[in-house]
Amino acid sequence: MAKKAEKSSKKSSKLSFLGYRRENGRVGIRNHVAILPLDDLSNAACMAVENNIKGTIALPHHYGRLQFGEDLELHFRTIIGTGANPNVAAVIVIGIEPGWTKRVVDGIAKTGKPVQGFAIERHGDIDTIKRASYAAQEYVHWATELQREQVGFDELWVSTKCGESDTTSGLGSNPSVGNFIDKVDPLGTTTCFGETSEITGAEEICATRAASKAAAAKFMKTWNAYNDFINDNKTNDLSESQPTKGNIEGGLSTIEEKAFGNLQKIGKNTKFIDVLEPAEAPTKGPGLYFMDSSSAAAECVTLQCAAGFVVHLFPTGQGNVIGNPIEPVIKLTANPMTARTMREHIDVDVSGILRREMDFDKAGDMLIDMVIRTCNGRLTAAETLGHREFVMTKLYRSA
Amino acid sequence: MPAPDFIVHDAIDNVGVIVVEDAQKGKTLTGWVMEGNKTIKVKALKDIPLGHKVALSDLKNDETIIKYGHDIGRMTKAAKKGDHVHVHNLKTKRW
Repeated sequence: MAKKAEKSSKKSSKLSFLGYRRENGRVGIRNHVAILPLDDLSNAACMAVENNIKGTIALPHHYGRLQFGEDLELHFRTIIGTGANPNVAAVIVIGIEPGWTKRVVDGIAKTGKPVQGFAIERHGDIDTIKRASYAAQEYVHWATELQREQVGFDELWVSTKCGESDTTSGLGSNPSVGNFIDKVDPLGTTTCFGETSEITGAEEICATRAASKAAAAKFMKTWNAYNDFINDNKTNDLSESQPTKGNIEGGLSTIEEKAFGNLQKIGKNTKFIDVLEPAEAPTKGPGLYFMDSSSAAAECVTLQCAAGFVVHLFPTGQGNVIGNPIEPVIKLTANPMTARTMREHIDVDVSGILRREMDFDKAGDMLIDMVIRTCNGRLTAAETLGHREFVMTKLYRSA
Repeated sequence: MPAPDFIVHDAIDNVGVIVVEDAQKGKTLTGWVMEGNKTIKVKALKDIPLGHKVALSDLKNDETIIKYGHDIGRMTKAAKKGDHVHVHNLKTKRW
């Protein structure tokens, strides 16, 4: 069955999938009713609503209090962006007080999707849970009657980030994603890579992949700022942090080696058209974007999801098991040991590349096939295993 | 095409990556150079785990290691052709 689908995707000049058209015109591939806490204090109420009303998903996280400045702006951009993501049909927002709760509701409402906010102060958890549960139930009834429609790859937004990389990532799984990017870029697909610190050593090569001088300059400014931050805070050469202990176990020795492997994910021809702030939605139309982000898997995918990306390609070497509650994470590996010992985590096995049984063209086609199937409804390995890592990026201490 | 014991990305690289299974000391390894699709042979001087690097020439202390055709760091001690190259003898030039 898979073989047949693969063949057809390769032959098709216009790739398409079945997605949910949202009020603002964007297309999602999941149909969540999200229960979104403004802050850490509201996690318990959100999880109670999720428990009461089947078909909802709560997104607990650790922050939202006493943040300020750029860090607070990023918090709002991440929360609002997650609710606004087209994989979400409708949203319940719960916060400790009404002011900032309303700010999140108003931000999500700009998409035109149904959203309601509930504040806990003057009500308590129990009354809030009750009222939010009734509202959530109505949303679930409504959302579950929405139908998918056929749309082209020009309406698809795909992000990528690798994790627990080893040398097989740079030789196999990352260039497989690169082949995918080179194939879908001409179709008008919107794509995103990030991991600012993990470009270190390859930053000048990365800058040459910008589509304009302005994009190249913006990238170098962003990379320099992150590198300065690391140099200001480091206490050693970062060995075991970046590269991680797992990277080193897998044979990666230096950040430069990791960076050149990492960069294989953007293919050979595709140029990036703009540099995004963390969780910032692209505004310059279809094409490849670089997002300033941490290289920690859950932080990076959470930011890409908040920017509006609906499906993620995640190459792993040693076997990072990450998922995301809203943006399905498709996992691939070229490491035969990982494919064998952690098979329940792997959606696409490209280890044949290292045995010379498979080339990148074939691997790229397998990824196109798995993206289509995932968009059409196939649950990823991470989804079936319940991986819902939703991790806010915090820029500095709260006030 | 038989499966290679190690893979070299660019023709100018001075290290290759052990693939498919761990390399055993004393074995002559067959390498596939992806750029140019060439085959080379190196005798392993150590056991080298899957995913780890093998030296393709004698490497001096402080010599720059090239992989993907680019500088990925410097040697902190000398190594012979066929030696294991990793964090015990290779270090970043950054950070």
